[in-house]
Amino acid sequence: MAKYMLIMRGTDESNAALMASIDEAMAATGRFIEEMVQAGILLAAEGLDDPGQGVVVDFGGDAPVVTDGPYGETRELFGGYFLLDVASKQEAVEWARRVPAVRGSKIEVRRVAEADEVPPGSGKNGRI
Amino acid sequence: MGAVDVEAVWRVESARIVAALTRFTGDLGLAEDATQEAVAEALVSWPRASPANPAGWLMATARRRAIDTIRRRTALRDRYALLAVDAAGDPAASWVEDVDPDRIDDDVLALMFVSCHPVLPPAARVALTLRVVGGLSSEQIARAFLVPVPTVQARITRAKKTIAAARVPFELPPADERRARLGGVLHVLYAIFTEGSTATSGDHLLRPDVAYEAVRLIRTLAALQPDEAEVHGLLALCELTAARFPARTDPDGTPVLLEDQDRRLWDTSAIRRGLAALNRTSPRNPGPYALQAAIAATHAAAPSVGATDWDRVVLLYDALGRVTPSPVVDLNRAVAVAMASGPARALAIVEELVTARRLPGSHLVPTVRGELLARLGRSAEARVELELAARLCANQRERAVLLRRAATLG
Repeated sequence: MAKYMLIMRGTDESNAALMASIDEAMAATGRFIEEMVQAGILLAAEGLDDPGQGVVVDFGGDAPVVTDGPYGETRELFGGYFLLDVASKQEAVEWARRVPAVRGSKIEVRRVAEADEVPPGSGKNGRI
Repeated sequence: MGAVDVEAVWRVESARIVAALTRFTGDLGLAEDATQEAVAEALVSWPRASPANPAGWLMATARRRAIDTIRRRTALRDRYALLAVDAAGDPAASWVEDVDPDRIDDDVLALMFVSCHPVLPPAARVALTLRVVGGLSSEQIARAFLVPVPTVQARITRAKKTIAAARVPFELPPADERRARLGGVLHVLYAIFTEGSTATSGDHLLRPDVAYEAVRLIRTLAALQPDEAEVHGLLALCELTAARFPARTDPDGTPVLLEDQDRRLWDTSAIRRGLAALNRTSPRNPGPYALQAAIAATHAAAPSVGATDWDRVVLLYDALGRVTPSPVVDLNRAVAVAMASGPARALAIVEELVTARRLPGSHLVPTVRGELLARLGRSAEARVELELAARLCANQRERAVLLRRAATLG
């Protein structure tokens, strides 16, 4: 078993489509969440507010630079996530297929690293 | 990974399909066989062409296989009855395509009550629950319990026959039996969890994948029975216990005692989930699972063994002993008493257990007795006890720890 995060990624167009039928989308998401709760696999789910309200802290230079959102050139914006506790990657993918996502959006399926493992390339003694 | 994964869809859908089909046919054995046939068909046909709606495909195919079986049986038993069925219309027509979600929830719950039915022997309840509610294959169940696959298959086959022979109805138990039957379901789920959290045999102390199956089923039950405090109590207990798994063995699998565990490895999200579940138990009238969860929560809140609120742990064991008197509770209480008030008082409790022969054959009594004797400086007696514990212990990892500890005592 392992934890997987379904990362919701939307474009300006898909976000606009989402907002156009937001009540329907909320109801469908509510039903989907209920289904995952009953399957015993949902650990957490959050949706993010309008990216235009966000800020970006940029570590590109000597000191972090804070700028207002939106993110400028980023085409696909992180809009929310589901955190699942499932038996396999295939099962995480199967749940991802079922997300009532709007056309044009994408879901990235990523495994959550366990406390006792170090992601590849992060240095042997790195703790996350 | 373009193709739809049959096993993944099965894991997500199996309980609902078996439950809905059992409701439809009134026969759990038939429903389970039909869904297994559907899965077998999916394994052959999906790699060639994935269905647009895999869950619907499985449900429809399983339903067709169930109808085939009913027709075959009916034809064998009574040709006139077949005509009657035809006259009444195709049984498939009575199937509700858009299944009422509330009905399906009740069906999954009914399925749990049937698979944990008291008419079944305990091992059969475990196997059948993992199969029909958890969606595990016989191979997976066999691996989880370290028994041969044919043993699991035989248990499941016999269990289905027993349920049919006893005419166990597919329904929620009547109100007056509900609480007791729910206790039976919790017992089965906890038995699955403990097999994963302290393997009774084999060469691993922990089998987190087995414990995970139990936690998943308990979460399902908590969602379906949100007003039942003890379901949340059991969920809290299992989440809080599983939170310690990462620290309970070292990288080569050797058990690490509570006092030596690196508490930074404890899974803080699991602890948070456990505490949230504990908050949903009854504070005035806590049941045995809630009390055990409260003990686990006391450990989870402590920075070290020394800084643990052992007086509180002793009080909680007192309460647990009143709700469910058991020698294991007394033994655990003795360990807490040793921490709160010293080994001498604890040893008196253990001696009582030994004299009354209340836990004969268990390695736990000599384990605790040996440890207490060691702390009292009675090394020779301690070593004898720990060696006895090692002989009685079926888990090789635990046995090795006991023998190493015994060897340190001159």
